[in-house]
Amino acid sequence: MSGKNVLKRIDWLTILFFLLLVAIGWVNIYSSTFSGNEQSIFNFDTLYGKQFFFIGVSFAAIILILALESSFYERFSSVLYIISLVLLLGLFLFGKTIAGATSWYDLGFFNLQPSELAKVATALALAKYLSDIQTDIKRRKDQLYAFLIIFIPALLIVPQPDPGSAMVFFALVFVIFREGLPLYYLGIGLMAVLVFITTLMFGTTWVGVGLALLITVFLTVKKATFKVPLFPLASFFVIAIAFSLSVNFVFNNVFEQRHRDRFSLWLRLEKDPDKLEEIRKTIGYNTYQSEKAIESGGLFGKGFLEGTRTKGDFVPEQHTDYIFSTVGEEWGFLGTTTVVVLFTLLLLRLVYLAERQRSDFSRMYGYGVISILFIHYFINIGMVIGVLPTIGIPLPFFSYGGSGLLGFTALLFIFLKLDANRLNEWL
Amino acid sequence: MKKILLSSIIIIIGVMFIGRLSYLQIFSFSPDQVLEDPAIKPIYDYPERGYIYDRNGELLVGNDPAYDVMVIPREVEPLDTLEFCNLLGIDKEKFVEKLRKARIYSPRLPSVLVPQLSKEDYAMLQEKMRKYEGFYIQKRSLRYYDTPSAANVLGYISEVNERDLAKNPYYAQGELTGRTGVEKQYDEVLRGRKGVQYIQKDRFNRDIGRYKGGILDTLPEQGKEIHISIDKLLQEYGERLMHGKRGGIVAIEPASGEILSMISGPTYDPALLVGRERSKNYSKLHYDTISKPLFDRSISFEKEPGSPFKTLNALAALQEGVINPMTKVRCYNGFYVGRNKKGCHCGGGLRNLNSGIYKSCNAYFADTFRKIFDKFPTTDEGMDVWEKHMRSFGLGGYLGSDIYTGRPGRIPNKAFYDKWYGDNRWTASYIISNAIGQGEVAATPLQLANMAAAIANRGFYYTPHVLKKVEGKDITNPKFVEPKHTTIDRKHFDEVIRGMADVYKKGTAKWIQVPGIEIAGKTGTVENFTLIDSVKTQLTDNSVFVAFAPVDQPKIAIAVYIENGYYGGRYAGHIASLMIEKYLKGEITRKDLEKRMLEKTLEHEYAKPYSGEEFKINEYVW
Repeated sequence: MSGKNVLKRIDWLTILFFLLLVAIGWVNIYSSTFSGNEQSIFNFDTLYGKQFFFIGVSFAAIILILALESSFYERFSSVLYIISLVLLLGLFLFGKTIAGATSWYDLGFFNLQPSELAKVATALALAKYLSDIQTDIKRRKDQLYAFLIIFIPALLIVPQPDPGSAMVFFALVFVIFREGLPLYYLGIGLMAVLVFITTLMFGTTWVGVGLALLITVFLTVKKATFKVPLFPLASFFVIAIAFSLSVNFVFNNVFEQRHRDRFSLWLRLEKDPDKLEEIRKTIGYNTYQSEKAIESGGLFGKGFLEGTRTKGDFVPEQHTDYIFSTVGEEWGFLGTTTVVVLFTLLLLRLVYLAERQRSDFSRMYGYGVISILFIHYFINIGMVIGVLPTIGIPLPFFSYGGSGLLGFTALLFIFLKLDANRLNEWL
Repeated sequence: MKKILLSSIIIIIGVMFIGRLSYLQIFSFSPDQVLEDPAIKPIYDYPERGYIYDRNGELLVGNDPAYDVMVIPREVEPLDTLEFCNLLGIDKEKFVEKLRKARIYSPRLPSVLVPQLSKEDYAMLQEKMRKYEGFYIQKRSLRYYDTPSAANVLGYISEVNERDLAKNPYYAQGELTGRTGVEKQYDEVLRGRKGVQYIQKDRFNRDIGRYKGGILDTLPEQGKEIHISIDKLLQEYGERLMHGKRGGIVAIEPASGEILSMISGPTYDPALLVGRERSKNYSKLHYDTISKPLFDRSISFEKEPGSPFKTLNALAALQEGVINPMTKVRCYNGFYVGRNKKGCHCGGGLRNLNSGIYKSCNAYFADTFRKIFDKFPTTDEGMDVWEKHMRSFGLGGYLGSDIYTGRPGRIPNKAFYDKWYGDNRWTASYIISNAIGQGEVAATPLQLANMAAAIANRGFYYTPHVLKKVEGKDITNPKFVEPKHTTIDRKHFDEVIRGMADVYKKGTAKWIQVPGIEIAGKTGTVENFTLIDSVKTQLTDNSVFVAFAPVDQPKIAIAVYIENGYYGGRYAGHIASLMIEKYLKGEITRKDLEKRMLEKTLEHEYAKPYSGEEFKINEYVW
């Protein structure tokens, strides 16, 4: 496999989306960290200068990734997985604490965040395990092992504490679904989330009434063709109600006030204007400010470097997790829509690429990439525009941060390398 | 299914995001966000408020610099508190307390530590201010009054309140606006237009430069200077004459409707409502519920006009053709309404129009009044005609002057009496008191002066106003420069004016003639009542005088209304004659009369109802 071949067969459309996102991201990092006096973009004292450097490093990494033999990734996936687990464990001893989370290694010129590496490694390891000829995902035991591969790094990341990053790993469940995990797992999960939310919003009584109504509708529709499955329905109803009650219990007795506040903010449970005002100044400050910044952008935005709230640093963490609010304020609805559309196109393109793989490993890894990118994109933008609770994870290719950019780039380009090599696979 | 699951989720989420974004950025978006944006702070540059001059170009109101000592708590360095307090002239506890409050308000923003230092204190402090980190002196502009009088005309300015803010988007918290008088009426002219600079702020409220490089910023527009029609000397003189008396004086230039002076007694020095003692002084004035210095009697005191009103009844009767100047009526030292006799002070005998006016014969005008009504088949029709004539003189409704407050007075109409007596259950006899300006009619001194001006002009008047020039240019507002015509023909005025001139020559005011000036006037002595412990009690009569001079080509029309001044020729007549002489000649020839008027007070009269004892009214001694 020569380098020439790779460049010929690599999917340039994906690279175009990638480059666009990185470029738009950097422009917005520039804007949100711009201090007013012109400085060279190569000045590494500025955050945009640093990010520019990271982009350069990522490009170097891309060359390295593409230069390596594609079978390397499959062969060394287990090793990479073990290394990343060791690195995660090592954080407990040698980790550097930034903003309360012990998530970094201090390498002097650069803080390395092993959880970013772990995302790549876990995606690889999961693909490797599932594509193994001896693995049958219909078997409970294999299902368990697959879940374990996902859960172990997540469990190591939770106590850093970095629950946001840990959550990302659960997105890899999509890979297992793709490979044949029965869909009712997903159904149960969705149902649980639905009951959880509706219980908080309307209370157990209304959840019960709603479920009873649903079941009645189901029965009247299905009666003609099926024998009525009374027992499963009844047990479903009882379990749902029990879950709903436990939600109330957990919410009121196990959750801490800050968790409750986050949920009440998200589900708009608080109606008292005074308390709302209070929430806006405390727990909901970030969300409120970022929503306001996006809203003030209007249709066309205020223009590059003209975002008053961006300039005034009203949105905390704007260059990292809240970078999307800069897009909203300075580029308006047109800008935000462009970014959302770019992400959607990138993800759909990746699904298309994954589905055309001949090798199971490549396809499964592709799904892993999609899952991880998607969950970041979904949770981050959802949080910034105020439709999801506050969970601090970065927007891929956009947010400021070297480890993140490097991690996402590696994640994506390993897959592109595999894709470019798909014709050489003989399986 | 499993192949399209992820793709469909990706698309659904994309659509959801775009939906939410369009809600935020298209539906919730409001275009006037510059004012709501916490990142943009407007800094206002206030222009100097316009000066106010009198009709002769004499300064009435200017501006005076004042100095506030400001503090930014965060920047305060340890200092010699005692020395600093001595410099500021406050004690240490107060200083510590003020500093604490300032810190609570905001450690980063300036607060006022000591407001409105005098120029002398400022000069002393200025030298040493450098020593104290975190403190600085901010210059402000306060109203300065070059006259102790005309407070009711000039009005005052104060900080805007919630209602002003809601009503007028121009204002921001802490700005000043005119409250009454000229300051309110011509606030927009005087205040100019503030300039604004939009400053970009960060979330700690620190300046980080101009918003958009300053393209939205505006420069302040200077306030305009105005000339008002008040004659400063006459106004000040009138207020001195009102010393110790309650009532109002209004003088108007008939040829233009310009108000020469507008005096309310008792009044106050306008400078009281400026500066550090403002609120204390205001409370004192506001809670003086007995003499009510804030109540502008010249425009808000509506009472029965008394005998001067007879001239209007005479004019209406002449216009309706129910009398002619030779029509005679016999006065039996009074007149009869049914079986009741009403008194008259004219001395009795045969009266015609001329002697009816100058002797102020009640019987003559009661008869004249009845004749107007007798012309028509029904009382209602007569009432309508009478009302129309009276209202054409600017009575019974707001005049539409540019004085902000005031009262409309009252000219009763048929609806008024229908409500009182019942439909068709009253006749002219029931309301005969209106013939002599008693009863239900009521007018303010401003309306009476305007009535005098209308008579002086022989049938028309200009809406009274105080604005004369803006930036040196005469006003052109048609409301004030176009004449309003009364319903009485010009030819009827001469005989009435002759009667009024004879009031001075041989009538009720012959004791107060002014040498060299021919005056036409009419005295009034108005009975008045009050409730003392719920008992209707008569007080000493109100003294009224309405006049204009000279008789040909009048230059001044004046109404004087003195509460409890007894008969018209006593206080009101004397004061009116002095005012006219002062205005036309510039000096007073009758020095002892002037001295007596300046010194005499009516405080003993005003004390009577509050004494709790029996008291006599209308005493001749004075």
